Amino acid sequence: MANLKAIRIRIASVKSTRQITSAMKMVSAAKLRKAQDKIVRLRPYANKLYEILVGLSQSLSDSEIDNAYGRVSAPDKVLLVVITSNRGLCGAFNANVIKEARRIVSEKYPDQFRKGNLQLLTIGKKGFDYFRKQSVKMLPEQNNLLNDLTFDNVSKVVDQLMKSFTSGEFDRVELIYNQFKNAAVQNLTYEVFLPVQSVTPGKEKIVPVDYIYEPTQEEIIKELIPKSLKIQFYKAVLDSFVAEHGARMTAMHKATDNATGMIKDLTLQYNKARQATITNQILEVVSGAEALRG
Amino acid sequence: MRIEIVTPDKKIFEGDIKSVRVPGKKGSFQVLKDHAPIVSTLETGSVILVDPDGKETIFEIEGGVIEVKANKIILLADSVR
Repeated sequence: MANLKAIRIRIASVKSTRQITSAMKMVSAAKLRKAQDKIVRLRPYANKLYEILVGLSQSLSDSEIDNAYGRVSAPDKVLLVVITSNRGLCGAFNANVIKEARRIVSEKYPDQFRKGNLQLLTIGKKGFDYFRKQSVKMLPEQNNLLNDLTFDNVSKVVDQLMKSFTSGEFDRVELIYNQFKNAAVQNLTYEVFLPVQSVTPGKEKIVPVDYIYEPTQEEIIKELIPKSLKIQFYKAVLDSFVAEHGARMTAMHKATDNATGMIKDLTLQYNKARQATITNQILEVVSGAEALRG
Repeated sequence: MRIEIVTPDKKIFEGDIKSVRVPGKKGSFQVLKDHAPIVSTLETGSVILVDPDGKETIFEIEGGVIEVKANKIILLADSVR
C-alpha cells in the first residue's frame, strides 16, 4: 500500500495543475471570442469586394484583363507559406500543419526541393522552430504577425509576396494552414494563393446595373485584384489564429477533465490506504490487549 | 441616403447622410441624393460626410472603393486614420 503522505502530495500537485489548465482554458475561450469577432468584422468588406469584382468581371472577358497576378507557368520556383502558432499546448494543431508541409515538399515538389528552388515562409514560431533545423531555404519569418494581427501588418507581407511573384522570384505561392470550423474541429487547408484563379461568378445572379465606372473597368479590376488577394491572405491568417485558440481551448478542457479524473482515483486510493492503516492499528491494539490478558 | 464605411478591421461608420465628398481617382467628387450608380476607386484623402442636420464629419482614408446604388453607398477603405 502506497504511503499516505506520498499520495497526499500527489493530489495537491494534480490539483494545482488542474487550476492552471482550467485558467488557460478560460483565457483561450476569451481570446477565441475576440478573434472570432475579427472574422465577423471582416466579412462585410470581403463580401462586398467580391460582389463588385464579380459584377465587373461579368462584363469583361478574361483576355481583356491585364492581370499580372494570373501568370501561369511551370512551377519551378515555389514558395510555401506555413501558418502555425507562436505558442504550444494546443494539441495536434501545429503538428498537423508541419506534417502536411513535409508531405507536400516530399511528394509534390521533390525536384524543386533538391534544386533549392523551394522556399518556406513561416508565420508562427512553432513552424519556424521546426523547419529551421531542416535543410530548407526560408524567407525571414513573420512570427510577430500573430502578436499584432491587423490588416495593415498582414498587407505589408502580402505586398512583398506579390512583388516577388510579379518579378518572377516565385512561380507559385501556396498556403498551408488550419481553417477554423468550430472550437473542437480545425480543417487542414492547402490552397494556391498565386497565381490567382479568375473570378468565377457563383450561382447567385447579380442583377446588372448600369454603373458609371471611374476611371475605367479595367483599372478598377486591376486595383481590386491585389485587394482581394490581401483579403484572402488575411482571412487565412485570421482563420488559423482563431483555430489556434479553439484548439488550445479544447486541449485545455481535456487536460482539466483528465486532472479531475486523476484526483478522483487518487482520493479513492488515499482513503483506502488510510482505512488500511486504521484497521492495522486497531488490530495491533486488540491483539496487544489479548496478549496481556493471557 | 445611407452610407456604410468599412475597413477590413472594422466598420467605421454607418448612418444617414445628406451628402458625401470622396477623393476619387480622377478627382474628388460629391455624391448627393439620387446619384447615378457608380463604382470608383479612391485615393488617399478625406471623406467628408454631411449629416441631415448639416454637421460635417471627416474621415481620412488611404485608398479604397466606393459603390453607389439606389441611394445606398458602400465605401470600402483600406484603412482609416
